[in-house]
Amino acid sequence: MQEVLNKKNVEKRILAPRESRDTIGRINVSNPRMICRDVNVYYGDKQAIRNVSIDIGCNEVLAMIGPSGCGKSTFLRCLNRMNDTIDNCRVTGEILFDDKDIYDSSIDVVPLRAQIGMVFQKPNPFPKTIYENVAWAPRIHGIIESKSDADEIVETSLQKAGLWGEVKDRLDQPGNGLSGGQQQRLCIARAIAVSPEVILMDEPCSALDPIATAKIEDLIEELRTQYTIAIVTHSMQQASRVSQRTAFFHLGDLIEVGATEAIFTKPSHQLTEDYITGRYG
Amino acid sequence: MSPLLLFLLLLLLSVTGFFIGRRKAVSLAKKAGGTSRLHSLPVYYGTLTAFWCCLPAFFMFLIWLSFEQSIITWLMVADLPEQARALPPARLNVLISDIQGLVNGNIVSGEVTPLMRSAAEHYISLKGIGQMITSVMVLVVAIAGMLMVHRQIKPELRARNQVEKVVMGLLVVCSTIAIFTTVGIVLSILYEAVRFFQQIPVTDFLFGLEWSPQMAIREDQVGSSGAFGAVPVFAGTILISAIAMFIAAPIGLMSAIFLSEYADRRLRSVVKPLLEILAGVPTVVYGFFAALVVAPLIRNSGAQFGIDVSSESALAAGLVMGVMIIPFVSSLSDDVINAVPQSLRDGAYSVGATRSETIKDVLVPAALPGIVGGLLLAVSRAIGETMIVVMAAGLSANLTANPLQAVTTVTVQIVTLLVGDQEFDSPKTLAAFALGLVLFIGTLLLNIIALTFVRKYRERYD
Repeated sequence: MQEVLNKKNVEKRILAPRESRDTIGRINVSNPRMICRDVNVYYGDKQAIRNVSIDIGCNEVLAMIGPSGCGKSTFLRCLNRMNDTIDNCRVTGEILFDDKDIYDSSIDVVPLRAQIGMVFQKPNPFPKTIYENVAWAPRIHGIIESKSDADEIVETSLQKAGLWGEVKDRLDQPGNGLSGGQQQRLCIARAIAVSPEVILMDEPCSALDPIATAKIEDLIEELRTQYTIAIVTHSMQQASRVSQRTAFFHLGDLIEVGATEAIFTKPSHQLTEDYITGRYG
Repeated sequence: MSPLLLFLLLLLLSVTGFFIGRRKAVSLAKKAGGTSRLHSLPVYYGTLTAFWCCLPAFFMFLIWLSFEQSIITWLMVADLPEQARALPPARLNVLISDIQGLVNGNIVSGEVTPLMRSAAEHYISLKGIGQMITSVMVLVVAIAGMLMVHRQIKPELRARNQVEKVVMGLLVVCSTIAIFTTVGIVLSILYEAVRFFQQIPVTDFLFGLEWSPQMAIREDQVGSSGAFGAVPVFAGTILISAIAMFIAAPIGLMSAIFLSEYADRRLRSVVKPLLEILAGVPTVVYGFFAALVVAPLIRNSGAQFGIDVSSESALAAGLVMGVMIIPFVSSLSDDVINAVPQSLRDGAYSVGATRSETIKDVLVPAALPGIVGGLLLAVSRAIGETMIVVMAAGLSANLTANPLQAVTTVTVQIVTLLVGDQEFDSPKTLAAFALGLVLFIGTLLLNIIALTFVRKYRERYD
């Protein structure tokens, strides 16, 4: 069909299905934890995310893949209103969590961020002891009332993050003294300590070596039973290993979304296929 | 010829040398087939010629200038008649300075004897000879240097490397000038302070509780007792600096936190320059603001409450000094807080912390070494501040912790002692050097502590 249409008939040109930038694939799930509809993000005048609608299902891992600069991290940061901290960033559209739009003016962003936690690309533990790193957030939210509460939460979170065995004898040492993989697991423990419902992960393994990466991928599989996880990743192998659904972003548009296996074996959109086969990206 | 004229001539020669050197390089290049055949650009050959012309001659000129006075004086004294040379050193010095005064056309101490007149003429002729020798020597060295390099200009001459070395040498000289000046200042203070401690014991000075530096001019004069116990003076300095830091530290830190965390870009671009204007106000203006506005205000409000406030209270000086120091604390803390990486803030926000919780529990602890370092530097600034306290603080050394009384500080005492009219050798005046030495050591220690503290603890959090 491409050869038939020529450039002179630009006005009459119809975009072929493989060239359209509408989302292909089922965006709904039966049991959504978060529902995003028509989300647009602007940095000043530049539009970074265009009309993205997607559901995130309960207790599933949703992987977001795409070439650099396609807006996956920006979209992820919308989900817990971290983009509020950036000066000239504007978000429109609807993101529903527990049937309430999180961008509604009556929503208090502080408890929201305790329910939707985030783990960043470069591990960023606080300049405190390991114990304090995990115990600080529950304390300021009022979850902890006594020292024994704190001890219990610290132990549980570190166990769930798979770090307890390695640090239980040195909880009063600074968090920065750990290795990269341990620091990232500490950050995961920190996010878990406030009992979130959803955990957002922005390329959590890109700064780590393969063994630490494998440990964290195993951890994600275990955490899935209790939490909903959305993970942005550059590595398609990682996406296919850990996720159940995958969303492919390209230049601010959500191009295709579907079951991970289907996306990686039979992608429907041309751009998805090009990206997965490594033609660009 | 006069030194200035000689110096200008030297410069002119150097510029000529530059052009000559460059021209030769260019002509050599043409013969060899292009400037790429030369090791360096022609400009470097010219610069090298100019350096060799100017620098050796200049250094020789400087050396001569520094020794000229003493050599000529020595020669002149050697020619004085026997009885003049046999005079005791103090009288001989007076004679010499009289002769020099005569030469310069100044007033002399006694009458002008024929001996002095002939010695003065001798001095003038020696000086003329000296200047002639200098001029000839400098010009000869300059031209010799220029010709020597000129002969050596060939395509293989590595002019660029040599110019690099000369430039590096010049930079080293400039830095050592700064270092030598500092060392010189310290040594001169130390020398005079040692002379003071030869007359007053060190323990009396450091631990004595009474400061009353009166020395009799004549043996039998009243008020000849001099008490040189410096503790009240140090206490006054500490009191006023403490009041100043009490004001400056919270206000400075809070405004730094506001500017870096809460203010949006527009507000910050207005407020920050205003704070820096505060740092630009001359301290003498602060001084008379303190003396004419703040001190009477405090005294009147004290009188209203029935409290007796001195008109030169430590509170007045301390308040104004605190206001002066606010920009130091604020801008140092602002830089340190901004340097905390955004990832720490993101981590704190992502677990649901409010902004003030993030600042209190994450940012300030991360920035704390730098903040403490900034506070220590501000303290050393407060301790060394002179103008405000000279105008607003008192002269009598009270050992008190009451900010409503008048106290005096180390810097005020140094000023009054050195600007006074006692003879230079008396303990009263030398006490100023001892005070200055203690002040210098104190601020030096504070600065060292601040720097090592920042360096040691900063690594942990990065």
